[in-house]
Amino acid sequence: MLLIRCPYCEEERPELEFRGAGEAHIARPADIASVSDEAFEAFFFLRDNPKGITYERWRHMHGCARFFNAVRDTVSDRFVMTYKAGEPKPDAKTIEKARAGA
Amino acid sequence: MADASSAMTANRAIPLAGRLTGGPAVTIRPAEPCRRLALRASADAVPLLSAALGIALPVKPKQSAGAKGRVALWLGPDEWLVIDEVGGDPVAECAGVKALHSAVDVSHRNTAILVEGHGAADVLNAGCPQDLSLAAFPVGACSRTLLGKIEIVLLRTGDNSFRLECWRSFSDYAFAFLADAARG
Repeated sequence: MLLIRCPYCEEERPELEFRGAGEAHIARPADIASVSDEAFEAFFFLRDNPKGITYERWRHMHGCARFFNAVRDTVSDRFVMTYKAGEPKPDAKTIEKARAGA
Repeated sequence: MADASSAMTANRAIPLAGRLTGGPAVTIRPAEPCRRLALRASADAVPLLSAALGIALPVKPKQSAGAKGRVALWLGPDEWLVIDEVGGDPVAECAGVKALHSAVDVSHRNTAILVEGHGAADVLNAGCPQDLSLAAFPVGACSRTLLGKIEIVLLRTGDNSFRLECWRSFSDYAFAFLADAARG
């Protein structure tokens, strides 16, 4: 079973306790009524689908119930690292370090 | 239950009353009725709530803290489950706390199953994906997790004993699942 590290529980927990929640770091426009249709479409519907590193929201649904963010590699499906919601995107150096440690 | 206070309140009935099962390595039985409190609060309210409840609310993951028949289980960074088995009223005790918090009585939302015996961890692992070895899940450890298809809260009360809290409508499933897992 895949083990996912929950940054709030501070340990690896079985994947069954988690639920994916789409792409991370998508900022909702402050005044959503005033944005153009194109901008709304980009915010609401358009998602990246890169090969390699992606940033995802996950929720420890059946554990601490907290949302957090994860860096995942779409090629290997590995979780490179996880970090608390609200924390900035980790930079390339941090990701590289986490990948080397994993 | 013939005293004056019970005459004023509804009689407590637990959904698994009278049931008992197990196997060669484990005994499975329902726990006595108790008071339960679902507590949500931010860090600044924790000292005041701890003082009101008479337990230092644990702030580290997977930990529980207890005294005199009352135990507080860490469920999340701002969430606890308080179980009182000695007739106290934790909701009323929190009512006087001025710091912002949410205290909800969930005494009858949950029911508890006691799983005891040297095969207790193995039986639970039939449906619970967590590592329940003593090293990873020591006595006093607690966690919200899964048992088969349902969400449970698990508390290790001893080397070979666990308290399993589940929603009462799921208790029949949980009991049958454990009974099946416990067969020889």
